Amino acid sequence: MDRTSPEFEAVLETVTDEERIAFDGLTIERDGDTYTVETPAGAQTGLERSDLPQALEPVSAYVTNWYYWQRTVGGEDTARRAFLRWCERAPIETEGTGADEPATSDASTYTNADDGTVAVPARDEALRDGIDREWGELVVTTRLVDDVDRPESERVYDCWHVADAGTDLAELEVYDDPRAARELATHDEDGRYRPLKTAPTLVSGWAFTGLSGAELVDTIGFFYPATVANWHREQRDALDVDHWAETADRQSGIYDVVDELPREAVEWMTEACCVDSQCLRRREWHFEEDDELAVDGGDGQFPCREPCSLVIAAARSWAILESEDEHTYELELTTSELNQLTEIVDAVADGRTDEIREADVNDGANRFRARYLRAKRFDDDGGFTARRRADETDAD
Amino acid sequence: MQALVIAAHGSHLNPDASDPTYAHADTVRETGAFDEVREAFWKEEPHFREVIRTLESEEVFVVPLFISEGYFTEQVIPRELRLEDWNPDKWDSDGTAASTVTLEATDVDKTVHYCGPVGTHDAMTDVIVQRAETVTEDSDVGAGFGLAVVGHGTERNENSAKAIEYHTERIREQGRFDEVEALFMDEEPEVDDVTDFFEAEDVVVVPLFIADGYHTQEDIPEDMGLTDDYRLGWDVPAEVDGHRIWYAGAVGTEGLMADVLLERAVDAGADVGDALEAVRNEVSLRDGGTSDSTSGPTTEAGD
Ligand code: SF4
Repeated sequence: MDRTSPEFEAVLETVTDEERIAFDGLTIERDGDTYTVETPAGAQTGLERSDLPQALEPVSAYVTNWYYWQRTVGGEDTARRAFLRWCERAPIETEGTGADEPATSDASTYTNADDGTVAVPARDEALRDGIDREWGELVVTTRLVDDVDRPESERVYDCWHVADAGTDLAELEVYDDPRAARELATHDEDGRYRPLKTAPTLVSGWAFTGLSGAELVDTIGFFYPATVANWHREQRDALDVDHWAETADRQSGIYDVVDELPREAVEWMTEACCVDSQCLRRREWHFEEDDELAVDGGDGQFPCREPCSLVIAAARSWAILESEDEHTYELELTTSELNQLTEIVDAVADGRTDEIREADVNDGANRFRARYLRAKRFDDDGGFTARRRADETDAD
Repeated sequence: MQALVIAAHGSHLNPDASDPTYAHADTVRETGAFDEVREAFWKEEPHFREVIRTLESEEVFVVPLFISEGYFTEQVIPRELRLEDWNPDKWDSDGTAASTVTLEATDVDKTVHYCGPVGTHDAMTDVIVQRAETVTEDSDVGAGFGLAVVGHGTERNENSAKAIEYHTERIREQGRFDEVEALFMDEEPEVDDVTDFFEAEDVVVVPLFIADGYHTQEDIPEDMGLTDDYRLGWDVPAEVDGHRIWYAGAVGTEGLMADVLLERAVDAGADVGDALEAVRNEVSLRDGGTSDSTSGPTTEAGD
């Protein structure tokens, strides 16, 4: 940074107009014709205007940091800004404190986003190598722009799949338009449609490079819609959670029936759909405000504030299925065949059928084992030969 | 700042259902008329429920990418957007007249201008005509041609037929086509008998659906006798009972739909500069003479 750089010119302009800059530990104050420059490392007082270049030189990391956040990013109190600050481990500003607080009150004006945020000089240093953060299956790298024609404070963002962290860029498909994320998020590796964007099945093999902050936020929005907005609300203790009962009550049309799903079945449903292996959102909703579900909500980065449309659609099927009566059936099976049924259900539920080797006939879910069981035990109607035991329901 | 939200159905089963939504959103994005343009869905993400909070703009224009007024525009979308003071009476509509109502979204500090669906806007009439031009690759198509506007029918929503009849009447008044008829899948007059309703040898058939899918790509072509099996495809035009049927596929895939979205927002007070003109120019250049009736299936029925 020198006296012709945009950051330096912006500082002069601001203290001329407003007499004061206070941001992220830096204070520059004008009192008539004299200036004070202060950082946690110390204060320089009684400076003349002509002294400023020299005085700012040792604290240039603070100055470029101020310029990036206040001039380039802007958007105080927005989710976009909070997310970009989280990306480089900057403290996240809490609502209403404003950025222009005295440097000395730093500790009270910022909340720590989570694990260790990093103070300005160390952050500036780290930004030269790039700071990595994970957001679901994404890795976001924030780094200082490497371009003499752009302000040295400017950050650019790269984004790729966690699975590609060690992969050479030359081997990845490189994009710079956020809308490409829409396509990438549509199908999983096997070409199947992904209706739930936060399913942990995002394909790898691509990279976005050199995005601006706004473009990065758009990209994230296409991969994981609304996650930044809800995470930001959570950071500010303002996440509005709609629990199962109120969401189910609200449904109409063909979904009117979902509120008939028994409480117990809601537990099974969350275990089926909302666990980390199936969804990267951390479920924050319960059966009702004061009635927590026993199934753990998961460790995801971003919160789930109400049952999603997929879960509601599934709940409709289960509400209908759960309205059936139970009966006792008798069917002939060997012990191994009974165990085999368990293995088949497990393999399907865990999405493991593709991994079972063709000749691994020891695995009960092996295709030939399943076909053998079908050949031996199914009757002409294409099902197990089973007898329903007479019970009260049959009596009347 | 102002934002446009395009509220569409989407699908859990078919990724193509949202293609028109994305395409029209991108066309509007490129005009720069809105600070933010966002797609929102009933069955995809972002869900209606979460979309407004992803915006920074204080003024939000929500346009439903639906054909008719009814269950979705009157109940589902306003409820899911948490438009608390919403009441269908505020639209004061007879089934095709909904324009706009301004409300506050209760979970966010924003003003929402909730617009009528694209399908009932007057500009939609032009899109239907444009669709006829696109499929015949003739910008003057009309003389010697019949036009059939096809809808689902009244099975679930009586307003659906109203929207079809409304545009049919408007095109008829233009006097451009020799004959113009409203036909339906599930009620009389039925699209199965399309050739009974026209004397003209050439008939353009335009289904008033948002996305191509089961109905427009399987049901209707088979019912009309364009093909015995939709998987084998059909000719455009196809010979049926001595008529040439120019089947256009879903009108919602027509590029000019972006213009209707903008018109809806403008009616609700959005300032879009010269975006309307830009879209019309761009769309006529891009779509000039190409037929696009091959995309895949769409939303599940019944929800
Ligand atoms: S409801 Fe469950 S599956 Fe759906 S987004 Fe939330 S956590 Fe994921």
